[in-house]
Amino acid sequence: MKATRADEKVRISFTLNGRQVSGEAEPRMQLADFLRHVLHAHGTHVGCEHGICGACTIMLDGRAVRSCLLYAVQVEGCRVQTVEGLSPGEGKLNDLQEAFRRHHALQCGFCTAGILISATQFLSEHPAPTEHEVREMLSGHICRCTGYHGIIEAVLETARRRAQTQGRAG
Amino acid sequence: AALAPDAPVLHEELGTNVVHTRSFVYGDPDEAFRSADKTISVKVSYPRVNSTPMETYGVIADFDAGIGRYNIWSNFQGPYALHPIMCDALRVRSHELRLISPPSSGGSFGIKHGVYPYIVLIGLASRKFGCPVKWIEDRLEHLAASSASSGRVTAMEGAFKTDGTLIGLRIKQVENVGAYLRPPDPAALYRMHSTSSGPYRVRHISIDNRAVVTNQVPSGLNRGFGGPQFFYPMERLMDRAALALKIDPAELRMRNLVRANEFPYASPAGSLLDSGDYQGALALGLRQLGYEALRAEQQTARRERRLFGIGISCGVETSASNMAYVNLALTQEQRSRSLPKSGASGNARLSMDPLGSVVVHIDSTPNGQGHNTVVAQIVADELGIDPHDIAVINDLDTLSGPWSITSGNYANRFSAVVSSAVALAARKGADKLKAVAARMLGVAADKVELAGGMASAPGARNEPIPIRRLAAQLHWDSSRLPEGVDGAVDEVVEFSPSILGEPDEKDRLRSSLAYSFQCDLAAVEIERETGRVHVRRYVSVHDVGNMLNPAMVDGQIYGGFAHGFGAAMMERVTYGPDGTLLTGTFQDYLCPTAPELPPLEVGHLSTPTPHNVHGAKGLGDGCSMMAPVTIANAIADATGLDHLVPPFMPGRVWEQLQGRDPDAVEDRKPAGETDALPILPGGFRGSGEAVIHAPPMRVYQTLLDPEALRAIIPGCESVEITGHETYRARVRISIAGIGGSYDVVMRLFDRREGERMRLSGHAEGKLGFGEGVAIVALAPLPDERTRLTYRYVATVGGKLAGFGQRMLDGVVRVLLASFFDRLAAHLSGASMRGGFVAWLKNTLSMLRMLVHRQ
Repeated sequence: MKATRADEKVRISFTLNGRQVSGEAEPRMQLADFLRHVLHAHGTHVGCEHGICGACTIMLDGRAVRSCLLYAVQVEGCRVQTVEGLSPGEGKLNDLQEAFRRHHALQCGFCTAGILISATQFLSEHPAPTEHEVREMLSGHICRCTGYHGIIEAVLETARRRAQTQGRAG
Repeated sequence: AALAPDAPVLHEELGTNVVHTRSFVYGDPDEAFRSADKTISVKVSYPRVNSTPMETYGVIADFDAGIGRYNIWSNFQGPYALHPIMCDALRVRSHELRLISPPSSGGSFGIKHGVYPYIVLIGLASRKFGCPVKWIEDRLEHLAASSASSGRVTAMEGAFKTDGTLIGLRIKQVENVGAYLRPPDPAALYRMHSTSSGPYRVRHISIDNRAVVTNQVPSGLNRGFGGPQFFYPMERLMDRAALALKIDPAELRMRNLVRANEFPYASPAGSLLDSGDYQGALALGLRQLGYEALRAEQQTARRERRLFGIGISCGVETSASNMAYVNLALTQEQRSRSLPKSGASGNARLSMDPLGSVVVHIDSTPNGQGHNTVVAQIVADELGIDPHDIAVINDLDTLSGPWSITSGNYANRFSAVVSSAVALAARKGADKLKAVAARMLGVAADKVELAGGMASAPGARNEPIPIRRLAAQLHWDSSRLPEGVDGAVDEVVEFSPSILGEPDEKDRLRSSLAYSFQCDLAAVEIERETGRVHVRRYVSVHDVGNMLNPAMVDGQIYGGFAHGFGAAMMERVTYGPDGTLLTGTFQDYLCPTAPELPPLEVGHLSTPTPHNVHGAKGLGDGCSMMAPVTIANAIADATGLDHLVPPFMPGRVWEQLQGRDPDAVEDRKPAGETDALPILPGGFRGSGEAVIHAPPMRVYQTLLDPEALRAIIPGCESVEITGHETYRARVRISIAGIGGSYDVVMRLFDRREGERMRLSGHAEGKLGFGEGVAIVALAPLPDERTRLTYRYVATVGGKLAGFGQRMLDGVVRVLLASFFDRLAAHLSGASMRGGFVAWLKNTLSMLRMLVHRQ
C-alpha cells in the first residue's frame, strides 16, 4: 500500500457516465466532493455528509451507494453513474425523470438526484413493485418538500409503463 | 428552567432571562369566566423543531473595495425587512449591500431567513481578507447553529357553557427564544395573535406573553411559525372540553366555528377572517373520514381492549402577513415613537422586448413551490401568449429587481399578493398592446382580444395581428405611440392591499390579507406493549380559495403533512441538562421517510377571497401546524391520557402510558438528602477510602478551610470562597505529560457537621473541562482517627475527552492519592516543604498507591 502524506494529491481515474475521466485529489477527499469540485459534475448533491439523507447517492458498478461515505480513491477504475448519466442525451429526460415531472415528484429538487439513482437500480431489480416495496426503497432518502407522494406514484407508473412496453416487445 | 429563580442569567447586562413581556385584554374575559358553566385548562410544553431543508445555508461574499460595496450571493429567503438590519450591522448604505438570492434554493420552509447573520459575517470576512469568501454550512452546523422554531409553554383556560359554547379564553405563553432575541422574534408569539380566537366565535380573550432566553440556538422562522405552538393547546383545549361536557368533539367545534354567513368576520383581537365555509369544510372532513363508521369501529376496538382513537383539529392559516404584526410586541406608546409600519405588498416587473418575449421579475424567492410555473401561467392567460415565450426571474437582486421590505418567500405571500402584482402588471402591458392593435384594426381598444398569440376584434378591418408585432412596434416606432401610451411594455406594480393598516390603540390589528381554513381528522391505534402509534387514517380538508395551480397546492399539503407528521412523531431539537445539543446529526434528529408516512387523504373546498385579483389564499403551513395536535387528540381519545407532549415516539408514549413524564430527567431534580449520584452522560465512577490520624470534626473543618485546602490540593496555587458554600481555586497539574492550569469551581451542599458532605466541581482549562460530583463521609475510628470514604462520578470534555477512560481513571486516582497524602501530612502538623524533596516524596507516594492499586 503506497503511503502518501495527507496533503499530497493522487491521480484518480474511472468512467463517469460512460466517459473516461480523471482528476487529482487528496486521499481523504470524499467521492461526492471529488465529483462536484474536481470533475464539476454538480448534479450530485450533499445533504448531510453522514450517510443518512441519500441526496449524494450515485451508481457504483451498478449499485446505488452514498458518495459521501466513499473516498474518491476507492472508485479507481470503477464504473460510476450520476444523475447526469440518466438522460438519453441533449437535455432530454428519461422515462423515470418524465414521470417525476408529471407527478410533481420534486419541488426544490435537492434530494431528487439521489432518489432517481436509487429508483433506477430498484426498478432494474423490481419490474413490478408494490407501493410498500417502493416506500421501503425510499426509506434511504429524506425529502422535506413533497411528502414522497408524487415520488411513489412516479416510480410505480414508470414500472407499469416499462412492463407494458416489454410486454408488447417480448 | 431558565425561569427558575436561581437560574444562571444568560446576559448579565440584562440581569434577567425574561427579554420581552406584554399583556393584552380583548372584550371582558373576567366576566366571561365568571359566567362560565365549566372552565377547562390545558398546560402544554411544545418542543422546538428544525425544518432541515435538504440544502443547508450557503453564502458567497465579494467585497468590492473600489466602490465599497458588498456583493453577496446566498440562499436567503427574506423577509427583506432584514436588509436594513444587515446594513446597520455592516454600517453601510443600503446600496452598498447588494443581496442576490440565486433561483432554485434547495428548500427553506422559513429557516433560511436565518442566513442573515452569516451574510454579515461572511461579508466582513471578504472585506478583511480582501478576497471573495465562500461558506457552505454542513448538516452538523445547521442542526446546531442555524435556527429552530421557538419552544412554547402555554397555560390556556377556556370558559365554556354547558352547550359547549366557548365564551372566554385566558392564554399565558412563555416563549423559549434561544440564546439571543434576534429579529424577527418575538414575532412567533404575534403571528397568530390577532387571530387568537382561531376559527371560533369566542369574543373575550386575555393574553400574557413572555419571551425567555435559554442557552439554546436562537429561534426563528420555521414552517408554521407560531402556528403549531398556538393550535396545539387550543385544539387540545377543545377536545378536553368536549370530554368534560360530554359533547362529541366534532359537534363542539361545529357549534363554535364562525358561520358561513358571518364573513367577513372581525375577530376580537383584530383579524378580519375574509371568507370561508368552516362548518361545510368540517362536515366534508367527517364524511370523507367516515366518522360514524369509525366511531363504531372504535367501540369494537375497545371491547377487544385495543387502544383506538380519533382526533380532530380546525385551524386558520394566515397569508400575506401585515408587517405591523411584529410591532404588537411594542406598546402603543413605544409604537408611536417609531416609524408607522403596516401592509403586505407584492412587487412584480413585466416587460416585453422587441421580439415579443416577456420577462417577469417577481419579488418572492421560491425554494420549490413552483412560483415560476404559476407566474408564466398567469401572464400567458392575461396576454394571450404561449407560456414558453415568458421568462420568469426570481433570483432577487436588491440592485436590479423590484423589491421592498416585504419581499421574500414567507407567510404564504405568493398566491395572496405576488400573483396579484403579476396579473396587474400584465394587464397594464395588455392595455398598451390593445391600444396599438386598436389603431391598426380600426376598433376601440376595449374591443381588442388577445388570444393564441394574436390580437383580433370582431368587425375589424384587418386580419388578426401577431402580438409580437405589437410589442415590436412600441420599440421600433416609438415616436408615434398611441394616445395614452408612454412607451414599450415595461410595467412595475406594487400590489399593496389597503385594508392592512396599523395596530389601533387597543392593539387590534388586521394581521393578514386572507385566511385559509383547514380541518384535519386522524384515526390512530396504539400498541399497548410498545407505545407505538399507528396512524391508520389521516384526512385533511383545505379551503384555500381559488387554486392558481391544483398540483402545486396539493404539493404544499403533502409537504406540510410530512413536516407536521415529523413534529408529531419523531422530530425534536433536544439539549442535555448541561446544555449540550443531543440532536446534532440526522441519526438523532429524525426526519420522516416514505415508510413512516401514512397515506394522506386530501379534501378541497373553494371560497374565494375578495381581497386580491385571483381570489386565491396562501397555503404553505397547513398540516405542519395541525398534524401534531390532530394526532395528539387521537392518542388522548385512544388512551384517556391528558398531558401529551410530542414527539410521540414509542418509548415516550409507553412512558406516558405508565403515568410517567417522559421528559423528567433524573438529575434535574435537586439531589436532596439522597446518596444517589446523578447520571452524567459519558461519566466514569470511582470510590475509595482513607484512614486519617485526626478526629472527624477536625478533618471536616480542614476540608472547609480555604488555607488548608490550598496546601492539600495537589498543584493548588490559590483557593478563595466566592459565595455561599462556593470555592474557586486555581490548580496547576500535568495530565499525560501536558501541564496546564485549571480554574476550579467547587460547591458544597447536603452538609452534615463532621459527618458528610457532597461536592460538585467544575474544572476548566486549555485541554478542556472536567465535571464531577463526589460524596464524602467521615466515620470515627478508635484513638482519635477517622475513616474517610468517598464516591465520585466525573465526566470530561474537550481534548481531555480524547484521553480515554482508563487513562483518566488513573489520573483521578493519582490526584486523590496525593490529596489524601497531603491531607494526612497537613493534619499531623508536618508542613508541606516545598521544593524538590516534597515533590519527590509526593510522586513516590503516588506511584506506590498506583502500584498497590494494580
